[in-house]
Amino acid sequence: MDILALFDLSVLDSTVRLATPLLLACLAGLFSERAGIFDIGLEGKMLFAAFFSAAVAALTGSVWLGLLAGIAASMALSGIHGLASITFRGNQLISGVAINFLAAGLTVLIAQDWFQQGGRTPSLIGGGRFEPIVLPFAEAARSVPFIGPIYAELISGHSILVYVALLAVPGTWWLLFRTRFGLRLRAVGENPAAVDTAGVSVVGLRFVAVGICGVLCGIAGAYLATGLQAGFVKDMTAGRGFIALAALIFAKWRPWHALWATLLFGYLQAIALRPDIIEGALGFRVQVQLLDALPYILTVVILAGFVGKAIPPRAGGEPYVKER
Amino acid sequence: MDVMPKWAEVILVPLISLILAAILSALVILAIGEDPVAAVNLMVTGALGSTYGWGYTLYYATNFMFTGLAVSVAFHAGLFNIGGEGQAMLGGLGVALVLLFIPWPHWTVALLAATLGAAVFGALWAAIPAYLQAKRGSHIVITTIMFNFIAAAVLNYMLVNQLRPQGAMDPATARFPETVHLPNLHQILAPIGIDFSRAAPANVSLLIAIIACVLVWLLIWRTPLGLEIRSYGKSGRAAKYAGIGAVRITMVAMLISGALAGMMAINNVMGEAERLVLNAVEGAGFIGIAVALMGRSHPFGVFLAAILFGFLYQGGAELALWTSIPRELIVVIQALVILFTGALDNMVRMPLERMFLAARVARAPKPERKQAAE
Repeated sequence: MDILALFDLSVLDSTVRLATPLLLACLAGLFSERAGIFDIGLEGKMLFAAFFSAAVAALTGSVWLGLLAGIAASMALSGIHGLASITFRGNQLISGVAINFLAAGLTVLIAQDWFQQGGRTPSLIGGGRFEPIVLPFAEAARSVPFIGPIYAELISGHSILVYVALLAVPGTWWLLFRTRFGLRLRAVGENPAAVDTAGVSVVGLRFVAVGICGVLCGIAGAYLATGLQAGFVKDMTAGRGFIALAALIFAKWRPWHALWATLLFGYLQAIALRPDIIEGALGFRVQVQLLDALPYILTVVILAGFVGKAIPPRAGGEPYVKER
Repeated sequence: MDVMPKWAEVILVPLISLILAAILSALVILAIGEDPVAAVNLMVTGALGSTYGWGYTLYYATNFMFTGLAVSVAFHAGLFNIGGEGQAMLGGLGVALVLLFIPWPHWTVALLAATLGAAVFGALWAAIPAYLQAKRGSHIVITTIMFNFIAAAVLNYMLVNQLRPQGAMDPATARFPETVHLPNLHQILAPIGIDFSRAAPANVSLLIAIIACVLVWLLIWRTPLGLEIRSYGKSGRAAKYAGIGAVRITMVAMLISGALAGMMAINNVMGEAERLVLNAVEGAGFIGIAVALMGRSHPFGVFLAAILFGFLYQGGAELALWTSIPRELIVVIQALVILFTGALDNMVRMPLERMFLAARVARAPKPERKQAAE
């Protein structure tokens, strides 16, 4: 029995990588839901972005153009969500469901039309992928006991989008809690009538929030297809959008907590890939299905309010109708 | 205020939404370099041109009737049950346990028992999110989504670790005994002189689905419970003043909803596969959402919408077989239907309402306005 083996550097390293798309999608959902727009279409937006980033990267050979295409694709779906749930005051949940299916269908349809490879893109090589960045002195520091390997393995050597995601956490916190825009955005999710009375456009603010959500989902999808893996395959998001949604509730709609929640769920994904380590550390086998289901079970427990209550933004899910 | 006459509400709005979805789907087919007219022709001959095609169309439609009714009943109570997928998976587990571990003398008793098993398992899987919504205020949409994933893990565990026969490679149960084989439409229709395809999977559970449609109609519009469910769905607060318990209605509506979703398993697990496999549900739980939206949560509407989606499913399979259009086209059409009949409902409704209002104003004399002018 060696509990410390559970925190093997290789496991922690893949935790960071697997947590990145979750973190980006979670922050995306945070912006949208803080502004009062529920978004269960995170999954679809990520999938759409993953395909278009991989496809454009494969066609042009430039991963940066791929990233832009991914963001644009995700924002297009955000636009539909905004149109349905803000402009036409439709049901936000139904709109999210539609967006998930739209992405699941269209990606395979377009992939088959463009590449004829059974709904996938060609494998990305060279400039078509985000390469790991080696931070300065990583190799030199490796020999320093304890801190050296952590710096060289865990902190250094990820693609740039991982660092973007990590920086997005303080960025989101600052924007939401330290700027006038953030105050208004949070207010529009709690009490839109008050914001309206103050002469600020509810519709405008909500569209901006949904737009930011689109950008972050776009980066998340692009990271999946061009950083974590080398190309798009059918349904490659594999429920990550829903895990991000779970993490958002787990974090009670707060940015720093979102980081810890997604790292926890990322860790569960990483350890599920290494059953040998679990057995070595705990002395018995843990069913891999249990590890798969754990993020969802934890979320239900949190939602049930047995371990601290998760209270969503008050105006979430309700379209705003001006009084006349 | 009801601006529109009832026929416009019931027929015109869904029809326009459907036409919009169809136009966009045709554009998608054009964009990937295929001919939409030829595609529709192929779908119609493939799905409706033979009893074999009809057999598949009706088989899929049976699934969608159950899941569509499930979503509808929850909608009437103002609840969005997105967990039909998980409830149908658990229903399959119920059917498999009932059929594998009890020796049944005849398929009729087996069908009754399997229906009960499927309904109980589906209802139980819906009970936890329902309880959490009713008692602890956890949002039912999120919990039912989470329960879909947990159901997939449970099913995976049961098939891989518990129910898989010794030495078998694929995660599936053993085949059900021959005695519980359900008669298909060929066997049912042969005595009355109709030669229905032998190979098609549509079976006697289609009749149970139709009975379920009738029973749900009776429940919602002809019983006190149905009135309570509808009142609660229209306005929870008004229902509370009328003495209708929120906890009870939430629980009852979700239990019925889960039971209906679970009952789908008598068609796909008992009727078609005759064993439980991992991906038995194949997204039918989600299609229930589209079916319920299109059918305006009315059992007859659900019946028609289920047949339409059955046609789309079988037609889509034919398209994938004969052209380079992948089956995912159906997923796109499904998404467009959900988008236009569900989320973008007001986009169709608002201009129509304005039109009817204008027509009414033009017809009616306007004495008040003249008085105001004086």
